[in-house]
Amino acid sequence: MSPRGYVLQESDLLPLSLGAALLGTGGGGNPYIGMLRARELLRKGGSVEILPLGAIGDDDYIGSVGGIGAPVVGVEKIKQGQECLRALRGVEETMNVRVSALISAEVGGSNSIEPILTAIYAGLPVVDGDGMGRAFPEVQMSTFFIYGLDPSPGAISDDKGNVVVFRKVVDMFWLERFARHIAVDMGAGAGFATAPMKGAYVKKVAVPGTLSQALDIGRTILDARAKRHNVVERLLVKTGATLFFTGKIADVRRELRGGFAMGEARLTGVGDHVGSQARVSIQNENLVLYIDDKPVLMVPDLIMNLELETGEPITTEMLRYGQQLAVVGIPAHDLMKTPQALRIVGPAAFGYPELTFVPLASSNPPRTMGRPT
Amino acid sequence: MIRIGIDVGGTNTDAVVMEGKKVLAGVKEPTTADVMSGVVAALKSVLAASGMKPEAIDVVMIGTTHFTNAVVQRRDLAPTAAVRLGLPATASLPPMVDWPEDLRSAIGNHAYLAHGGHEFDGRVISPLDEAELNGIADDIRAKGIRSVAITSVFSPVNTQFEVQAGAIFEKALPGAHVTLSSDIGRIGLLERENAAVMNACLRDLSKLVIDAFRGALDACGVKGRFYLTQNDGTLMDAAYAERFPVLTFASGPTNSIRGAAFLSGVAEAIVVDVGGTTSDVGALHKGFPRQATVAVEVGGVRTNFRMPDVFSFGLGGGSLVVDGPGGVKVGPTSVGYKLTKEALVFGGSTLTTTDVIVAAGRAHLGHLDRVAHLDKGLIARTEAKIADMLETAVERSRLSPEPLPVIVVGGGSILVKDKVGALGVVKPHHFAVANAVGAAIAQVSGEIDRVYSLASMSRADAIEDARQKATAVAVAAGARADSIEVVDVEDVPLAYLPGNATRVRVKVVGELDVA
Repeated sequence: MSPRGYVLQESDLLPLSLGAALLGTGGGGNPYIGMLRARELLRKGGSVEILPLGAIGDDDYIGSVGGIGAPVVGVEKIKQGQECLRALRGVEETMNVRVSALISAEVGGSNSIEPILTAIYAGLPVVDGDGMGRAFPEVQMSTFFIYGLDPSPGAISDDKGNVVVFRKVVDMFWLERFARHIAVDMGAGAGFATAPMKGAYVKKVAVPGTLSQALDIGRTILDARAKRHNVVERLLVKTGATLFFTGKIADVRRELRGGFAMGEARLTGVGDHVGSQARVSIQNENLVLYIDDKPVLMVPDLIMNLELETGEPITTEMLRYGQQLAVVGIPAHDLMKTPQALRIVGPAAFGYPELTFVPLASSNPPRTMGRPT
Repeated sequence: MIRIGIDVGGTNTDAVVMEGKKVLAGVKEPTTADVMSGVVAALKSVLAASGMKPEAIDVVMIGTTHFTNAVVQRRDLAPTAAVRLGLPATASLPPMVDWPEDLRSAIGNHAYLAHGGHEFDGRVISPLDEAELNGIADDIRAKGIRSVAITSVFSPVNTQFEVQAGAIFEKALPGAHVTLSSDIGRIGLLERENAAVMNACLRDLSKLVIDAFRGALDACGVKGRFYLTQNDGTLMDAAYAERFPVLTFASGPTNSIRGAAFLSGVAEAIVVDVGGTTSDVGALHKGFPRQATVAVEVGGVRTNFRMPDVFSFGLGGGSLVVDGPGGVKVGPTSVGYKLTKEALVFGGSTLTTTDVIVAAGRAHLGHLDRVAHLDKGLIARTEAKIADMLETAVERSRLSPEPLPVIVVGGGSILVKDKVGALGVVKPHHFAVANAVGAAIAQVSGEIDRVYSLASMSRADAIEDARQKATAVAVAAGARADSIEVVDVEDVPLAYLPGNATRVRVKVVGELDVA
C-alpha cells in the first residue's frame, strides 16, 4: 500500500462485503445492500480513497458514522441514502469543525460500508481501520469510547430528514441509551454520527488495517470458491480461526426487543459433532457459543457462522431452519481485551455476569476441518 | 394410483406414465410454439405406449421450464411496472437495481417509487398517497403497460398498503395483472420485489400456457387432477400456478435431479440435465437436490426462494454453433423446439451442436450426409468447447475434491461423452425423460401461515400446533403420513398488535402416497 492509500474500485466491493460480513460475527447488518449502494454511487461517478492510519494528520478531525438499528430492518427498509451524511453535518455544525476523513466504528457488516457511502457523498477519504475489528451492537462498544473520547456531541438522522443532535451527554452509555431510543422511534434503522476525533487520538486507539483485512478475507473466499477448495478450511488457515462446531440448525428464535434483534440459534451436531448440541446466543451479533450447555467461546472474541459447504458468512437474519453451519472463532484485537475494554465488551456487559472471559489463544496453528478443539 | 408426469421444456415435451414406483412408459415429443399440440402429442403417445385409457389416469403432474426460459432468454415478457411503496425510505436503491441490463430493458425498465410502507413495528413510514398512485397509473396506462408489481416496505408484517394500492391500480387499469409481493415472498425487500416483478411480467404468458395445458388434457380425455410442480419440488394446483408462475422457477431442475436419483438409485452425485436450449447442473446429496441456502439467481436476478442450488448455462442439443475469428461460439442462442426442422441433419440450414455430434459419429440422428461437408477442425474445436463448458459447469457445482459420479439426463445427453473432466458419467434407464419422472414423483406439501397470540401459549406450542395443522393439510392432499418432514419454520413477531401476536409459518412436505 502506498502511504497515500488506494482508490476503492467497483471490483473491491464484493470481496469487501464478504469479508465485512465475516467480521460482522453475524451482525452489523447485511453488507449486500451497502455494496449495492456503493456500486450505484461509484457508477454515477463517485470516488473514494482508503487512507492508511499513518497518513492522517494529528490535528485533522476524523468523523465516524454508521447505521444504528436492527439488522433485519436493514434488508427490508432500505435507506433513503443520506441518513449518515445528515447526522455527520449535525455533529460538525455543533462542534463548528469540518472533518478531513471518515472512519468506521465497526468494520463488521454494513457499517464497514456506511462511512464509504457518506465519504462519497461528502468527497472525503476513509481511514483503513475501525473501532472494533468486528461488529458490536452498541455505540459505546468501540475503542473510541472505551479509551476516553468525549461522547458529546452525537447526532442521529432518519429517512424522513429528521436530525436529532445530542448536544451534551455525560457519558457514552447515555449516548447509547438516547440514540437507541430514538433509533427505534425512527424505525430501527437510522444514520448515526459520533463526535469528530483528533487524528492523533484515532492513530492511538483505532484497530488498524481492518478494511484491507476484510478485503483480504473476501478475496480468499472468492479465490477458494474459484479453485474448488474447501472455503471453511481456507478461511481457518487465512485468519488463524478455530473450528468449534459443525451442525444443522434445529431452531432459530428471534425477536425485536428495544431496537435489537435478540435471540438464539440451536444446532444439532453433524459430521464430527454428531451427538452434540450447540447454542449461539444473539444480540444483533453472536455473543456466546455453548456446546452441550458449556460456554466455549464468548465476546469480545469473534464467533462466526459459515455455511458448511460454501463458506458463505451467515448473518443472524439469514439463519434458517435446516442450514448446515460451521461455527468458528477468531481472537479479538488486543485493544478489545484490556481490562478497560472488557468492562464494556466482555460477557458481563452483555448480561452474562456468570461468565468469565477466557480468551481464545491469539495465534492458533491452522486447523483442519474435523479436528476441533 | 396411475399418474402421468409431463415435463414441458423449451425443446421437448416429455411424458411418463407411472404406476406406483414403476415407469410404464416414457416418450419425448417436440415442444410446439402453441405448447398445447406438443402436450397433446406427448399425452397421446405415452397413453398408447403404456396401453392405458385416458380415464384410468388419476392425476397429472406438469413441470415446466417455460417460465424460467422466458426470463433467461428475455422473451415473451410483458412490459411491467415495478411500483414500490416506501418513500422517503429505500430511495438509495430503486427497483430492479441489481438486474442485468438486458432483462431490465426487456420489460421496459419502468420503476416507480411512491410513498407508503410500514415500519418494523407496523407504524406507517408515510401514508399511502392515492393521488400519487393514480398519477403513476396514468403513466402506466399511457405507456400501454398491463402488468404491475407492488412491493411495500414490511408488507409481510402488514399487507394493508399493497392491498390498497392493488385495488387502486385494478380500478385505474381495468384488466391489468397486479402482483402483490406479500403473496410471494418473505422479509427481504429487494428479493421479494424481484420475485414480484418477474411474476408480473410472466402473467400474460402464464394465462396462455396454463390454458394450453388444460386444453391438452381435455383434448385427450384425461380427467384426473392436474397440478404443476413448484421450485421446492412440491405441487400446486393449476389456478394457483396461473396467478403465480414465478413459483415454477427452477422446478425443472428439481424434477430432473429427483428423477435422476429415482432412476439411477445413486444418492451422491452431480446431476447434469442437458436440454435443447440450456443445461442445468445440480448436486444430489442423500438422494435430494442440495438446497441453496443463500440468495438464488434466476436469469441473473436475486431471489429468496427455497430452491435447489442449480447452475444453468446456455448449452443444449439445439445450441447454435458459430465459428468466428475469436474461436467457435456455442449457444446461448438455440433453435429450441425447431431442432427437428432447422438443424442440418434434419434438412434445415442452421448448424447446431446436434449436427456436430452426429458428424463426429457419436450419435445417429437425421441424415449423416447433410453434415458430411463439415470441416474436421471445426468439429474437433466444437467438441472441445462443449467438453470445456460441461467441465466448467460441473466443477462449479462441486464443493469438494472427492470424485463423484456425474448422472446425465435429458434429451441433449448425446453432447456428453463417458467422462466430464476426470469424473465418470452415468446415464440411467429412461434418462431422456428423467424430468417427467421427477414431476410424477413430486412431493406434496402442507403450509400453515397464521397469527398466534403468545399471551396464552408458548412459542414452541404455537409452532407445534402449526406443524400438526400443516401435516394434516399435506396428508389430506395425498402425502404419506410417515414421510412428512418439516422444511420451513418462520415466526415474525407482530409488535404492533396486542397480545404478543406472532405470525407463524410452517411448511411440511411428504412423498405422494402412491399405494
